[in-house]
Amino acid sequence: MIADHLPALQVVIPLLAAPLCVLLRWPGPAWALATAASWATFGVAVLLLIAVLEQGVLSYHLGGWEPPWGIEYRIDLANAFVLLIVAAISAVVLPFARRSVAVEIPEDKAYLFYCMYLLCLTGLLGIAATGDAFNVFVFLEISSLSSYVLISLGKDRRALTAAFQYLIMGTIGATFYLIGVGLLYAMTGTLNMVDLAQRIPAVADTRTVQAAFAFLVIGIGVKAAAFPLHLWLPNAYCYAPSVVTAFLAATATKVSIYVALRILFTVFGPAFSFETLEIDIVTVPFALIAMLLASTVAIFQTNVKRLLAYSSVAQIGYMVLGISLGTVTGVTAGIVHLFNHAMIKGGLFLALGCVFLTLGSVQLRDMAGLARRMPWTMAAFVIGGLSLIGVPLTTGFISKWVLIQATLEKGLWYFAVLILASSLLAVVYVWRVVEAAYFRPVPESAAEVSEAPLALLVPTWLLILANVYFGVDTSLTLGVARRAAETLLGAAA
Amino acid sequence: MMTASVHPALIFFLGALVVALLRGKAQSVALVLVPVAGALNLLGLAEGEVARLTIFDYTLTPLRADRLALLFTYVFHLATFIGVIFALNVRDTGQHVAALLYAGSALGAVLAGDLITLFIFWELLAVTSVFLIWARRTPRAIAAGFRYLIIQVGSGLVLLAGVLVHVHQTGSFAFEFIGLDGLASWLIFLAFGVKCAFPFLHNWLTDAYPEATPSGTVFLSAFTTKVAVYALARGFPGTELLLYIGAAMTAFPIFFAVIENDLRRVLSYSIINQVGFMVTGIGIGTEMALNGTTSHAFAHIIYKALLLMSTGSVLLMTGRINGSDLGGLYKTMPFTAGFCIVGAASISAFPLFSGFVAKSMVMTAALEEGHGWIWLVLLFASAGVFHHAGIKVPFFAFFAHDSGLRAKEPPLNMLVAMGLAAFLCVFIGVYPWPLYDLLPFPVEYHPFDSTHVVAQTQLLFFSALAFTWLKLTGLYPPELPSVNIDVEWLYRRAAPRLITGLIGFIAPIDLAFRRIALVRVERAIDGIFWVHGPRSRIARTWETGSKILTVVLLFVIVLVLTYL
Repeated sequence: MIADHLPALQVVIPLLAAPLCVLLRWPGPAWALATAASWATFGVAVLLLIAVLEQGVLSYHLGGWEPPWGIEYRIDLANAFVLLIVAAISAVVLPFARRSVAVEIPEDKAYLFYCMYLLCLTGLLGIAATGDAFNVFVFLEISSLSSYVLISLGKDRRALTAAFQYLIMGTIGATFYLIGVGLLYAMTGTLNMVDLAQRIPAVADTRTVQAAFAFLVIGIGVKAAAFPLHLWLPNAYCYAPSVVTAFLAATATKVSIYVALRILFTVFGPAFSFETLEIDIVTVPFALIAMLLASTVAIFQTNVKRLLAYSSVAQIGYMVLGISLGTVTGVTAGIVHLFNHAMIKGGLFLALGCVFLTLGSVQLRDMAGLARRMPWTMAAFVIGGLSLIGVPLTTGFISKWVLIQATLEKGLWYFAVLILASSLLAVVYVWRVVEAAYFRPVPESAAEVSEAPLALLVPTWLLILANVYFGVDTSLTLGVARRAAETLLGAAA
Repeated sequence: MMTASVHPALIFFLGALVVALLRGKAQSVALVLVPVAGALNLLGLAEGEVARLTIFDYTLTPLRADRLALLFTYVFHLATFIGVIFALNVRDTGQHVAALLYAGSALGAVLAGDLITLFIFWELLAVTSVFLIWARRTPRAIAAGFRYLIIQVGSGLVLLAGVLVHVHQTGSFAFEFIGLDGLASWLIFLAFGVKCAFPFLHNWLTDAYPEATPSGTVFLSAFTTKVAVYALARGFPGTELLLYIGAAMTAFPIFFAVIENDLRRVLSYSIINQVGFMVTGIGIGTEMALNGTTSHAFAHIIYKALLLMSTGSVLLMTGRINGSDLGGLYKTMPFTAGFCIVGAASISAFPLFSGFVAKSMVMTAALEEGHGWIWLVLLFASAGVFHHAGIKVPFFAFFAHDSGLRAKEPPLNMLVAMGLAAFLCVFIGVYPWPLYDLLPFPVEYHPFDSTHVVAQTQLLFFSALAFTWLKLTGLYPPELPSVNIDVEWLYRRAAPRLITGLIGFIAPIDLAFRRIALVRVERAIDGIFWVHGPRSRIARTWETGSKILTVVLLFVIVLVLTYL
């Protein structure tokens, strides 16, 4: 019986745990509850993926209402994979959170933090699970509103302005999305994605549908921080508490990219998106610019969190590029990079969380000679950095390999050159951190710090080792990504 | 897939890891066990087995165990076994580890079924073996090691270039017959040639081998050149050019060997001479010739190891190796002297010693195929070998004038290793049929018929006579404490001088260019920083209004595009 309700449980467990956190009040129990809920969610995500691999698409009708009238949770390989990413990252990040939150967030607000965190998790999982375009908007708002709060909890006072600006941008993005969905509803009278896909071709020539398309693309683009709509991202990542940065960087933008996949491929269909409207004319150039420009900007950053934030903008460029190619290999590259980049950035931001906990700063100059005092943390950062660059035997390499294959398949060898050039820029900005930590002397005035506690190192290394593991054994990641891409492209054909 | 065995190289690499972690007695035991475990593993490795490995879209063949490869695999195990016993008393973990890694790389190279795998092990051979030279830790050894490494790695790069062109042309990675045609094959040929010590490409060998540690030289003599011989036999059998190259290799080192003073360098020259016989065999390319090449490689690895072990023992016990400093050691080192003489008899191809049953096959093949002149050169070389390796090495080390040295016998393990090698030399010499059974082709050759025995004995007899006569009349070049440099003069003397001169000329120009370039680069970085730095328009925090404007602008662009 329970197994039939897995799609709903996926979202309901964190949703119910969130208010319970508020009732518990104390940080310890609230954390324990949040962690338990997150691990349960992870278990559900694993079961869901197994179920989808065995049985194919799962359709769950909320409240027993038949789609297209009721809300349908529709789990195929693509969103089962995204659910797994989000749940897995959360399951690793929460154990890390206890010590980190204790330092970065006032004790009397900690229970609120866990509540907001669970709501954000609910929102992200909901976006991925649902098969209803309006329901996506609801969960989008849940995750966004909670993440504004989470970001504003940052120690730096600039966290408040960062959260405020993200709020404005996020709201605009959500509004654009809502307008798009509204226009589609006006034309087709349905909100169910599968139903939409069947009804849109009949009205595809209308200006309304075309406008809806533009609204949706821009709205999702803002949430996904696709260049040049990324402007909210650097400050938000930079000033948020360490745990929040790690969690959001690894999941939030990924889920938005997933929505883009759904809208472009499932709802409108690749023929409409790429042949009729030729959206790739806009997305491909911006993806390429993102890869190069954001990487170059990252090189000159002095705050390492900000440096990684700009690197994220570049990495999102890779995903957008892969998706925009519109081929199975291209979409595979985009999807597999969702997973791989979640591992990379999750691991790196957790390592920075260790640094912030002991050092109280992630400024490059304060990290001089840090490798001698925090060898394990910095070793984790180096391995994560290698993966970010795309060194063989790491996940980053797998992503770039597939992406380059996809460009070569289409004969776009100069894209491959640009991808490699962007990797070189990644070498430079990762090296700047390595150089500071390993080769610069410890400043005289530096405070005595020692290695981060095991409670922080274990989750960090878990993600870092996942980078190596999935860099060697790609059967899960690449296999599922390819099948998911085939489903997305095949569903429309 | 493989049945009962793992890839032989794997055992050696894992063994190296274990040896690296152990110390003292346990390390010694592990060291000896590695080749033994390897040999047991070989029992489960059936002939003709092939293992494939798929990496991304490429299928590699890390294991191809046909008869040719297996013969080399056997002898490499044997050589490692003898070598590690000889090295047991060395208290230098680094050397042991390097030796095992080196042996493993050699195994990987001869078992490689594709060119990429071959290239990987080819380079591994270079970088693992150089530590056996550096382990001597003298400035000369360090310098020689660097020269060795540059040339060896260079050979690998040439190989890689050749392989890439080859793969591009044929679309196949397989390491099969290549033959000399086109750029790819010439590059691969050249790479093999460097490792095989072709004339003018040979100096790394005579330069570096004598500088290695006493036990290191034993390993070095066994693997690198034999891997190259294997590669040539696989890729270029019957290539006529190899006939002449091989013949030249047998002949020219004799002159250098005769005037050389360092006995281990004498033996290094004789490696080239012996490899020359093998190369000639490959050049002839008939079944008998290839049998001769492989059996000669097998026998040579053992007797050259024996000779280098005995001279290495002398070096270890006396600290000297120059013929002019040694002499009269037979009184205190009778066993070592005896083993040295067995090795000398083998390399000189005395009947009933291992050299005889192997080498004469190549010469007979040369004659059968009508290469009369080549046969004559080989005959001259045979006499020369006897001269410099067969007589000179034992004579100057253990007899000649009494140098006054009273060195003791080397440690027991060294004597055991030498005894083992000496036994094999005699065993193969008396009873060659087990070896013949292993050869790539069926053997229809009878070494002990009267023609072979009589011809060889005559040759040796007159050669000995010549040495004695020259010695008695004082015409034989005396052992002078000197260093002979041959073609390596080009890169050890001439090139540095030329380069120093050129640097004096180029340096100011170069400096000016670099200064200009540096200024340019700095300006460029400043420019990039101005555009991309934290305070630039791109990277600084935008006003909320401007951010919204971006969204709206982009929306308009997309809208216009969708409407068009």
